[in-house]
Amino acid sequence: MSNAAKAEVVLALHRFGMGPRPGSIAAIGTDPRGALIAELDRPLVLSAAASLPSSAKAYRTVADANARRTARAKQAQQQAKKQQMAAAPVAAGDQGQAPAQPEGQAQGYSQEKDAAEMAAKQAADAIPDPGRPIYLQEAKLRTEAALAADIGFAERLVWFWSNHFCVSANRIQSMSGAYEREAVRANALCRFVDLLLAVEGHPAMLFYLDNLESMGANSTAGINRSRGLNENFAREIMELHTLGVRTGYTQDDVISFANVLTGWTLVPPGADPQHGGEFTFNPRLHEPGGQTVLGRRYEQEDAEQGRAVLRDLAANPATATHVATKLARHFVADEPPPALVEQMAKTFRDTEGDLKQVAITMVSSDDAWRGPPSKLRRPGEWVVGMVRATGITVVDPVRFTGGQELLGEALWRPSAPKGYPDEEASWIDGVGRRLDVANYFAERITGMADPQVIIEDVFASQIAPEVKQAVGRAESRQQALALLFMSADFQRR
Amino acid sequence: MGLVNHLPTRRELLVGSGALFAWSQMPRIARAEGRDPRLLVIVLRGALDGLGAVAPVGDPDWVSLRGDRALLLDGKPPALPLDTFFALNPAMPNLHRLYKSGKAAIVHAAATPYRERSHFDGQDVLESGLVKPGMTSSGWLNRALLAMESGGRVDPRGSRALGIGSVTPLVVRGSAPVMTWVPQKLLPASEDTQNRLLDLYQHTDPKLATVLQARMKLASLGGSPGKGDAMSDDPTLAPPGIARVRAYFAEAAGTAARYLAKPDGPRVGAMGFVGWDTHIAEGAASGQLYNLLGALDGAFAAIETNMGEAWKETVVAVVTEFGRTARINGTQGTDHGTGTVAFLIGGGLAGGRVIADWPGLKPAQLLEDRDLKPTTDLRAVLKGLLRDHLRVEENVLAETVFPGSADVKPMGGLVA
Repeated sequence: MSNAAKAEVVLALHRFGMGPRPGSIAAIGTDPRGALIAELDRPLVLSAAASLPSSAKAYRTVADANARRTARAKQAQQQAKKQQMAAAPVAAGDQGQAPAQPEGQAQGYSQEKDAAEMAAKQAADAIPDPGRPIYLQEAKLRTEAALAADIGFAERLVWFWSNHFCVSANRIQSMSGAYEREAVRANALCRFVDLLLAVEGHPAMLFYLDNLESMGANSTAGINRSRGLNENFAREIMELHTLGVRTGYTQDDVISFANVLTGWTLVPPGADPQHGGEFTFNPRLHEPGGQTVLGRRYEQEDAEQGRAVLRDLAANPATATHVATKLARHFVADEPPPALVEQMAKTFRDTEGDLKQVAITMVSSDDAWRGPPSKLRRPGEWVVGMVRATGITVVDPVRFTGGQELLGEALWRPSAPKGYPDEEASWIDGVGRRLDVANYFAERITGMADPQVIIEDVFASQIAPEVKQAVGRAESRQQALALLFMSADFQRR
Repeated sequence: MGLVNHLPTRRELLVGSGALFAWSQMPRIARAEGRDPRLLVIVLRGALDGLGAVAPVGDPDWVSLRGDRALLLDGKPPALPLDTFFALNPAMPNLHRLYKSGKAAIVHAAATPYRERSHFDGQDVLESGLVKPGMTSSGWLNRALLAMESGGRVDPRGSRALGIGSVTPLVVRGSAPVMTWVPQKLLPASEDTQNRLLDLYQHTDPKLATVLQARMKLASLGGSPGKGDAMSDDPTLAPPGIARVRAYFAEAAGTAARYLAKPDGPRVGAMGFVGWDTHIAEGAASGQLYNLLGALDGAFAAIETNMGEAWKETVVAVVTEFGRTARINGTQGTDHGTGTVAFLIGGGLAGGRVIADWPGLKPAQLLEDRDLKPTTDLRAVLKGLLRDHLRVEENVLAETVFPGSADVKPMGGLVA
């Protein structure tokens, strides 16, 4: 293979995939664009996921544990109070002999109260939260899929869409992994509208964007109760998920759409051991009657009304541009070539949002390959890239998610519905932290990874001569590996 | 009575007590015999400037070789006299005290059989105990341990070796089980690593260079993290100041000592300290080398303290993959050289002397006109310790611990 051909293969792995790993360059062969496209035809299912709970099951498990915690806490609190009552006469007698001290009394009371609360807390903590182990199992599975992928283009698309349609494990830890599998992974290479319907109808999203109890003012529940409409879900769908911010929708459109979406909720977990935690449409919450969104009238009843709006949003040209821009910005450059964005948007429009075709358009365009590697890999991509380069395929999820958190990109925990940003400016100041993580990782693997082998075999020597020199002159394998992982060749794609 | 005569007795005892009880019987047997030796190996990664650590102040060519960077008895600060010829770097008062009380020895102009200048290969040779470099799966200390098992000294089912750090040093890796201890606090990337990365960025990615430079500047402004410093709890934010390095060395070495001191703990241990590759601004009398030697000196104190009663049965060998050039280079540092020093400390040592067949410092006396010529094979020192301290048989040392080293005779008289 010529050097130029090798360079394009390495670029394919960096820019569109998860980074080179032992054997990946040879596996791609001489047609990197064809190899990327071929990877999109392989199923994205995770066979190991069969052992993991569905989102509804995970949610029920946590709800069940929470119910037991509450019961235990209450019991412990009552018991503590009973004991205090039994001990009270003695304390009163003691106090009777000394002059009354209101302050001290108050303190004594608060100590008793604290003791009861502490007993309650201890009793509750005796039942561990099952949400975290589920989160960690999901994280492990997802990470190992990225490590095992030949190129990782399809996995990168899953990551992209998962971030585009993010939920936060800070609010709904138990479902965060299953959400990605059920809604995002299953639809990442289908039509955008299918993906959209799947994510917006997923219980995790409804929970995350506060739609569970949103109710129309004129719905059965709305009339009976003082609570009402929550606009959050509708606004984020238009601003972040579909049209993009400042694309012409008004506050009235948001309110109407929010009314449309009332009733989109989930089956209460305690009420139904079979279906608790699954999506349901609750007509008692739904605002009756038709709504006008973006100038179009929606007279449908129940959840079909919302689905109709989502279908129209997916077909809106603004959505095509928004999605194409974000994809090109993520994969190619912070300021992607306008021609590339337009080509991708056109494919989106022409194919009714066929996401696989949009991805193919991207990697088939010379514009996506021409620029120098300028994207600063996001922390998660960079960490996975490091691990891939060493050939390691199994991770300790505690350590791995901890590392990502340290670097500011905690898995499934973005601070806002916008998800993690893509631009260099957001990440470049974290490079110092990366050095410490690289140094630590290098120390851990120094016995099993040879920096020269990584440069030659994994990267096919497609790396700056300055990096080769710095690696060759390092004082230890650890330092050599840290310098290699921190090099621009490794951090930019 | 020679030691060999004891071995069958000990083996019989062990077998007689029943395999199930071998572990619990071990310490008592060792005590009954009156000896329970400990060996800790510390690898200084990056190649130590032996001349900057232990200066040949009595050599007439010393000052002309190093100029105003030469350590001197009347220098600022003054070097610590060891004998009429050698003086110790002033950063190491603990080592000086141990030396004066006979509990430390220094081997000078020593080297492994490796004669090239690659750190990785040099470390492989040093730790594997093999003559040639190459990725190997076991180190000489682990193989020595296996040899001891045949003598019944060590319970084959237990971990009698300790590795400090998230990666077990190669020297103690192998088929004898090793337990590892990882320091709680990460040691952040060293200043040296940061400088090298900055240099790399300056040649390849100016934006990354700017960011890294800003971070280094911030770290230098912040000094070393102290109590009450909000950043001190976060290992990734704390500046990699020398205080942090000192704390890390002391914690790691002190912990190794605590484990080795336990009656039922491991008997050999190994750890590595990084940062010795001093190409620029070496700073023997103040600066990088001075700071690191000071941190190492602090580690010696932590070992002595934490060993407690076991200190008198302890030997610590501090070794490095090779030395550095005899002359100072154009950036006030030294480059990869050959001959260097090894430090030996411990209550079990017959110390108080510098062991050296001094090669001289005239140009013709240097190796390739650049390095301190090695006149002592480091393997002879290590074999001497293994034979006389851990009682590993000489033929085993020549064949399996340091294969192909029959010509290199163990150095006698190191152990009291």
